[in-house]
Amino acid sequence: MNKFRTVDEVLDLIKDGQTIMFGGFLGNGTAESIVDAIVKKGVKDITLICNDTAFPDRGVGKLIVNKQVKKAIVSHIGTNPETGRQMNSGELEVELVPQGTLAERVRAAGAGLGGVLTPTGLGTVVAEGKEIIEIDGKQYLLEKPLKADIAIVFGSVVDKKGNIWYNKTTRNFNPLIATAADVVIVEAEKLVEVGEIEPENVMTPHIFVDYIVRRAE
Amino acid sequence: MLDKERGRVLIAKRVAKELKDGDVVNLGIGLPTEVANYIPEGIEVTFQSENGFIGLGPAPKEGEEDKDLVNAGGKYSSILPGGACFDSSMSFTIIRGGHVDATVLGALQVDEKGNLANWMIPGKMVPGMGGAMDLVVGAKKVIVAMEHTAKGSHKILKECTLPLTAANQVDLIVTDMAVIEVTKDGLLLKEIAPETTLEEVKEATGAELIIDSNLKTMEV
Repeated sequence: MNKFRTVDEVLDLIKDGQTIMFGGFLGNGTAESIVDAIVKKGVKDITLICNDTAFPDRGVGKLIVNKQVKKAIVSHIGTNPETGRQMNSGELEVELVPQGTLAERVRAAGAGLGGVLTPTGLGTVVAEGKEIIEIDGKQYLLEKPLKADIAIVFGSVVDKKGNIWYNKTTRNFNPLIATAADVVIVEAEKLVEVGEIEPENVMTPHIFVDYIVRRAE
Repeated sequence: MLDKERGRVLIAKRVAKELKDGDVVNLGIGLPTEVANYIPEGIEVTFQSENGFIGLGPAPKEGEEDKDLVNAGGKYSSILPGGACFDSSMSFTIIRGGHVDATVLGALQVDEKGNLANWMIPGKMVPGMGGAMDLVVGAKKVIVAMEHTAKGSHKILKECTLPLTAANQVDLIVTDMAVIEVTKDGLLLKEIAPETTLEEVKEATGAELIIDSNLKTMEV
């Protein structure tokens, strides 16, 4: 099964109004070539799921600046002033989710769980409208799974079957989002032959990956 | 009262004294980061960075940056020998699961019930909570490190007025004027900064203080 596609070919899969997850933490470990292509194509009304909205000129921040996002589900927007501006003017809806809760909501969707119970957010605005469940005398918030139409993963080293190895802090949300979307696209910084990543070093198994795109030079 | 620079150093040094050999510690951005510069000799502390590693080291020298290695503020970072990288789910398993011994954070407001507000000012500043809510709920000890007042206006209050980061989680408040423990009876004033009087501390605090019978001068 050949998973290789050009950036233009995968862009055909990305349409207005979709929910798209991106890996990356303040742009570190984000598939920049695919982001640039989405900016160029001008896909609109994206629901964005990512740790943060990065910087105006980096990572998913570019999608915000180009006004392609209608809703952002993120833990932090402080490094991209444009996100706050669009939120205050009503152009962009922002759902702020505690970082650990965001990770577990994505993981829950990928793992077939109906949600997670977390103490994080109890007694704060995060708890508003959510069910509180008591387990053995302790209270928890019920947080529901987060799924997407498309997950756009960054991989430092990817083999031709789609096995992924992440370098240092580029891993962050990437292995989680790879499990939680209908279509998973990985942008490979370095592409290698099958077998070059030892099985015990594979961080995301190839079965999660639908398409592989090579990062632009 | 100490000037701003001496005050910041005092806070960082005093917080560092709270850390114990073997502790796993997460430092917030800004003043809390400076705590790493004053870890007492003979003590080994492992710093956790919520974007996904333990063994956080100092900022790399110019020209030695690794584009794949940043800290939770997005700045180039380093990993000490023996460090480890992981994904965000593992990072928050460490944080939320009670595997972090101490977290040190700044605050906009903190109150006598140990409530903390440090993530937004409605209508003005909404950066988001990032990992702060999980850290404050999950860490075994929550230390607030901050200037005692915001240019004179109270930050230590009877009750926080800003949206909370977490309820009843703060254990210790270290400022440029005092060290205050949050107890079930209220705020216990344990130490006062050098060149600072009890009256000055009381005036700068928007909540009742219980004065420790063994009140000391902050030593660092």
